[in-house]
Amino acid sequence: MKNKVYIYRSFERFWHWMQAILIFFLAATGFEIHGVINFFGYANAVKYHSVAAYIFIILIVFAIFWHFATGEWKQYVPTLEHLRSQIDFYLVGIFRNAPHPTKKSVLSKLNPLQKLVYLALKILVIPTMVISGLLYMFYRYPQKGGIEGLNIDSINVIALFHTAGAFLLLAFIIVHLYLVTTGTTITSNLKAMITGYEEIETEEGSNEEKSNKTNLKEEVVNE
Amino acid sequence: MKKIVISLVILGLVAVTTIGLLSSHVVEQSQLSLLRARLEKKKSIPVDHSKFPELQKKFTSPQQVTETCITCHNKTADQVIHSNHWNWEREEYIQGRGIVYLGKKNAINNFCIGVEGNEQSCAKCHIGFGMTAKGFSFTDPKNIDCLVCHDNTETYSKGNEMGGAPDPSVDLNKIAQNVGEPNRSNCGVCHFYGGGGNNVKHGDLEKSMFEPTRDIDVHMATTGPNFSCVECHTTVDHNISGKLYSLSSMNRNRATCEQCHTSNPHDSEILNKHTYKIACQTCHIPVYAKENATKVAWDWSTAGQLKDDKPYEVDDSDGNHTYLSIKGSFKWGKNLKPDYVWFNGTAEHYLLGDTIKDVSKPLVLNQLNGSYLDKESKIIPVKIHRAKQPYDPVTRLLIQPKLFAEKKGEGAFWKDFDWEKAAEVGMKDVNLPFSGKIEFIQTEMYWPLNHMVSSKDKSLTCTDCHTRDNSRLAGLNDFYMPARDYSPFIDYAGLTVVLLSFAGVFAHGTLRIVSSRKRKRGMNNEK
Repeated sequence: MKNKVYIYRSFERFWHWMQAILIFFLAATGFEIHGVINFFGYANAVKYHSVAAYIFIILIVFAIFWHFATGEWKQYVPTLEHLRSQIDFYLVGIFRNAPHPTKKSVLSKLNPLQKLVYLALKILVIPTMVISGLLYMFYRYPQKGGIEGLNIDSINVIALFHTAGAFLLLAFIIVHLYLVTTGTTITSNLKAMITGYEEIETEEGSNEEKSNKTNLKEEVVNE
Repeated sequence: MKKIVISLVILGLVAVTTIGLLSSHVVEQSQLSLLRARLEKKKSIPVDHSKFPELQKKFTSPQQVTETCITCHNKTADQVIHSNHWNWEREEYIQGRGIVYLGKKNAINNFCIGVEGNEQSCAKCHIGFGMTAKGFSFTDPKNIDCLVCHDNTETYSKGNEMGGAPDPSVDLNKIAQNVGEPNRSNCGVCHFYGGGGNNVKHGDLEKSMFEPTRDIDVHMATTGPNFSCVECHTTVDHNISGKLYSLSSMNRNRATCEQCHTSNPHDSEILNKHTYKIACQTCHIPVYAKENATKVAWDWSTAGQLKDDKPYEVDDSDGNHTYLSIKGSFKWGKNLKPDYVWFNGTAEHYLLGDTIKDVSKPLVLNQLNGSYLDKESKIIPVKIHRAKQPYDPVTRLLIQPKLFAEKKGEGAFWKDFDWEKAAEVGMKDVNLPFSGKIEFIQTEMYWPLNHMVSSKDKSLTCTDCHTRDNSRLAGLNDFYMPARDYSPFIDYAGLTVVLLSFAGVFAHGTLRIVSSRKRKRGMNNEK
């Protein structure tokens, strides 16, 4: 049977969409600063990029607080369990209309592949972007201006990390946007992220048995 | 829903404050208003020289005028005698060379090469009289030419090849009674014509600057602030600030933009940060030689060709010489984009008698020092003047030829057109050896550009430099500059990852559509 479950809380949704807007905006202005597109005008691109970056950093601070205050950080603890079957699902099962190998629930909203990728984003890509971005803004020209402790001779390496991170985020967004459509129905994931509610299968199924052992809590909740 | 609204409002407020904080700025009003007040005030001269009885008596020689001047201005002669305008040299410390008295006497340029042996004609631009080939006294105050700088009647002029004396037609009394602070014309008559013609040398100092329009120079514009030269080239005790690195070496006594504009002249903080590494001139002098062409190349090796045994000249459509038998071939350029170099305010020079280390590449006569990593260095715009000039391949010395003489047979190139003779006499004059062999070497001179400042709307914009193609700074590669620079590896790898993501998503999506259609058809068939 299917239940309508409140799966994404308001802050979570706000954080998600704000982050989405900011990443798109930062990518557009950032690639203009990088010299490959021409849209806002260079001076504006630089200005907007900085402002958006500060807003993003504030958002990140709030999000970190939220994750720890609510215990939601546990969602991102990676697991190898079902990782294989999740990959198999995307490579094979999805074309045969096979059911999702892992069940979504309030306490486990991410599949093993998502856990892994989002964790990598949170602890590798985003920190790389924030740190290299701040260095980019505050590094001191050789021995002049800026923060004395950041006496960096060249922004070469900083810029290269920042650019590489931008490409990774761009690739992530492309795949992420596509995978939105792989929910129970084409739009179910999108609707969930907008309204917070998603219809979730709580019926006992063949996959449920496997996950019972690992997700005892989930079962409790589902019941 | 309430929560959404509240968090939206909070984040909106945070965003607005951030934007507000980031775009706020403190405008330095005081400097600008002080400047405006100073410019609006009419200058008044405290004395009327025409009323002095000393200046009524008939002057028959320019020396008499000077003697009269210094009876009242009794400390001025001493100041002038210690000035570089009088001595044609400055005391400079040069790395690796020590203290050098650097000036026209020992530096070599790649225009008319040098003054040594050519004083009679070069003295047209010396603030003195009586400069003949030998024996000019740099200590005799009578020979100071006060009027060339202080004439306010615009009628004073020096005669040709008269060792610095005024043209006989000049009314010395009238001028002596109308002296004052130097005007643009007093400075321009020499500084606009250096190298033997208008705008030959500098590129940013030429006759259009006598009465410039706003397009040519915002500060000197007759319709604008109408600055005279000494407005910026502030002067204390006849020591005029500002000098050009064709003939100076140390970072001192410079006339700067910052003395009025401060080092934080922009509203935008990011532009102010640019001033750590970029001189004002770089963005604010986007083109030079705006009105009349400047000489960009001089080939001495073609000099000496005669037609019917007579020297001749070839001019281009603007009337600029492209060939002169006495000087060789020239190239000119107008509305030029500057070249850009790092510069920390110090320079090295080729001095008369220096051995050329490497004759296979162009010899830089005034090397401007600087690099990205050097904390004093900024990017400045320069005019590069390229030449081919004579050197001795055996001794590896640049040759100072004897160029000018009254008559033939003294070895002067401009009369006899004989390189070997001119080199022999010229090098003997400066007590340097000459092997008898002459070849021509490519040389370069770097002329920093400081004038012809454009208005704000004509200054460079971000993408003049921050661009992949045709960046103004394409030649300066010792640092990473956003937009111009990138790692080909990261850009291509990144693009590949993005394209592969697209391809993967597309393929996966297509397969899903196809397989779902198949399934539906299968289900229909079953029915």
